[in-house]
Amino acid sequence: MPDSTPAELHTGATPLLQTVGLTKRYGTFLANEAIDIDIWPQQIHALLGENGAGKSTLVKAIYGLIQPSEGEMRWQGDKMVLSGPSEARSRGIGMVFQHFSLFDNLTVAENVALGLDGKESFKDMSARLEQVSRVYGLPLDPRREVWQLSVGERQRIEIVRALMQNPKFLILDEPTAVLTPQEADQLFVVLDRLKAEGRAILYISHKLEEVKRLCDTATILRGGKKISTCNPKAETAGSLARMMVGGEIKEVKAAANRQTTVPRLVVNELNLEPDDPHGVRLQHISFELKGGEILGIAGVAGNGQDELFAALSGERQAQDPGTIVIDGQAAGHLSITQRRKLGAAFVPEERLGHGTAPRMKLSENALLTGHAASGMVQHGFVNTAATLKTVDRATETFDVRKAKRDPEAASLSGGNLQKFIVGREILRNPAVLVVSQPTWGVDAGAAAVIRQALLDLAASGAAVLVTSQDLDELAEITDRIAVMFHGHLSEPMATSEASREKLGLLMGGSTLEHKEAAHAVGA
Amino acid sequence: MQLVLEKRAERSNTIALISPLIAIGLTLVTMSILFAILGKNPISALGVYFIDPLTDSYSLQEIAVKATPLVMIAIGLSLCYLANAWNIGAEGQFLIGAVAGSWLAVKTQGTDAGPWVLPAMLLLGAIGGALYALIPAICKVRFGASEILTSLMLVYVADLFLDYLVRGPWRDPKGFNFPTTAEFDPVATVPVLIEGGRLHLGGIIALVAVAAGAVLLSRTIKGFEIRVVGAAPRAARFGGFNSNQLILLTFAISGALAGMAGIIEVAGPVGHLQPGISPGYGFTAIIVAFLGRLNPVGILIAGLFLALTFIGGEQAQIAMKIPLDVTKVFQGILLFFVLACDSLILYRFKLIFASPKVSRGAH
Repeated sequence: MPDSTPAELHTGATPLLQTVGLTKRYGTFLANEAIDIDIWPQQIHALLGENGAGKSTLVKAIYGLIQPSEGEMRWQGDKMVLSGPSEARSRGIGMVFQHFSLFDNLTVAENVALGLDGKESFKDMSARLEQVSRVYGLPLDPRREVWQLSVGERQRIEIVRALMQNPKFLILDEPTAVLTPQEADQLFVVLDRLKAEGRAILYISHKLEEVKRLCDTATILRGGKKISTCNPKAETAGSLARMMVGGEIKEVKAAANRQTTVPRLVVNELNLEPDDPHGVRLQHISFELKGGEILGIAGVAGNGQDELFAALSGERQAQDPGTIVIDGQAAGHLSITQRRKLGAAFVPEERLGHGTAPRMKLSENALLTGHAASGMVQHGFVNTAATLKTVDRATETFDVRKAKRDPEAASLSGGNLQKFIVGREILRNPAVLVVSQPTWGVDAGAAAVIRQALLDLAASGAAVLVTSQDLDELAEITDRIAVMFHGHLSEPMATSEASREKLGLLMGGSTLEHKEAAHAVGA
Repeated sequence: MQLVLEKRAERSNTIALISPLIAIGLTLVTMSILFAILGKNPISALGVYFIDPLTDSYSLQEIAVKATPLVMIAIGLSLCYLANAWNIGAEGQFLIGAVAGSWLAVKTQGTDAGPWVLPAMLLLGAIGGALYALIPAICKVRFGASEILTSLMLVYVADLFLDYLVRGPWRDPKGFNFPTTAEFDPVATVPVLIEGGRLHLGGIIALVAVAAGAVLLSRTIKGFEIRVVGAAPRAARFGGFNSNQLILLTFAISGALAGMAGIIEVAGPVGHLQPGISPGYGFTAIIVAFLGRLNPVGILIAGLFLALTFIGGEQAQIAMKIPLDVTKVFQGILLFFVLACDSLILYRFKLIFASPKVSRGAH
């Protein structure tokens, strides 16, 4: 591959890709309504919007995964109808999905080969893979198996796979959601380079600072409609957010004189073997969390956060009772129900299928975690009035919007379901709340309600543990932050001293010396 | 033009209710074609199958008698299936229940044992069925063995075990070498409800099972656990519900009900233990459970309907010389359509007229 720049680039008056009045209907629901968007070569174009704004629908149409109901797409000025992603790829449209489609037990080269439509030999392909990854500064060893790689490396495979098709236009769906700040910086260098080569990039994100820094143009979607196309560098993060949300977002406020009390959740030397072969082993995890305090756990996904949640909740039990102490009671050997009886409450990352049974009513989902305490069960019989009362109280206190009093969990939007789940747990007045990714995939309004609820719960004396990949969220609500890497948890530090650089180093697994150095610099 | 299945935005509750009726309709159409191929008039054949049995008291009673084991077994099976535990071996549990209860009847034969014999037999039948059902359940929980295979294979073990008993140790010495036990004593017989009729106490027990199943599922925490563990296993673990324990529990209940149905059948309509006491009740009950939407009241209706096919099949054999096996064909087709129609709850058919261009290669 002597020249990696696309042969013919239209930098003239025609956009590379245009959607004209693009509309996508699902039944009576308009997922995209008459969207006009122009993508120019040599530009990074941000696509902004909350969950459900229609970003994925638009991108799926552009990548040929769905057919628009109305309107058309033009490629270099000519009308384009895509039969599927492989035709999109052959035209020069590449896409990097947020959720990777990689086979864990295959090597990097095998995975790339599976994703290419080409007919070149495996050997040539491997050589080209190495070359492309080197040229763009995305180092990859083609012979390694995917399960051994970090999330950032897995994303590299997806990017390199897309680049090997030599695309004129590359779509990236929330690429930095799984990266450390440093990894994100490296990615931006790559993207700038791709832009300099004349390619166009559509960059989907909701991280506004990132968009301001990186993108030349931004199109904002809300409720399936295009709100505006603007120059993000000329806007403020606040003005962009207002366009996304369509109003002011409530500021989250911590109580002024919050006081910490006695330790309510103590973890001593927690070690746990994973129950699945590609899981993470928890090693020497120790921390202490006082009442009134919010501790954040940062880290790239897949570094043991899921395993830690399972160990803390009691979905998996530890051998030694003393490894987990809830309100002074050794709980390592207790089941999740017994831990709830001690006053612990849990909110897992997955709302549907883990936090709730999707096809069951909210009242039944209130019973799911409330059956241990709170009078919902008497002599083995369910007190339906009590479960409905929990639904009503959660609805009222946390502004859960739903079509009827007691709908199926799956019928609620992500934000409203998360408000219900968090509400269901907080209404039990827990002594300890362990919550994982509290605002993942949740709209800004609901996120603010949930963060405020966590702050208020801590102010009332509970100990709150928040695991999140969103460093801004952790900065906003936590008192201390620790970082999880390869099953180890770093020493918690005060949030005021936790710079993005310091956290990023820890998230990338810098050695103890680095860590000490970082501490020294920060202190 | 092409026909595609499109996922519905949410499950359709209307379809959920009428899906069994659509399935029955499709089955009747298929059966008509089958009758026509056999050279019988489809209208009169369907009349003999489904209308004639409803016109006289004897047949109506007989339907209730046949529905009794079907409903009892299906109630138990529905608990298993809701909990994602696939008990296919109710037929075996039915037979072992019959054997366990018959043991007492054989042992007390000709003694002056009192009226405690029948309740004790029912209890033994339930225990026998439950223990037999626990074999595949324990193998599943302890060793991860597929309960579908083990429970099914144990049916044949039970069948041969019963066969051995009535040909060997329990054979009626005055029975002219027929493989059967002696007729049970009156204290070991399920009483009929109306003098001279066929309806027996088992019908009441089946109704109690329906009511108990309905209360268990809709009102109790155990019923909730059963439903959650099947519908959302990870959420069930998060709720603190132990799926292994629930597999054991639902298999035990299911085996107990099947076993009790077995001893009721032997101590009631049959009157003695012999091979062939079941025309496949344990398998037909699987159809009853699904046709009834795994809902106790639905199961009661579905049980009566399938009982009708047994009676209708017998009458069709006599009146129209239609082989009895056609009844099994009918039941099989019905299960097929019930399961197929269920996909309409979450999907719908859609005709696409303009097919998109055929995908071109990448190069």
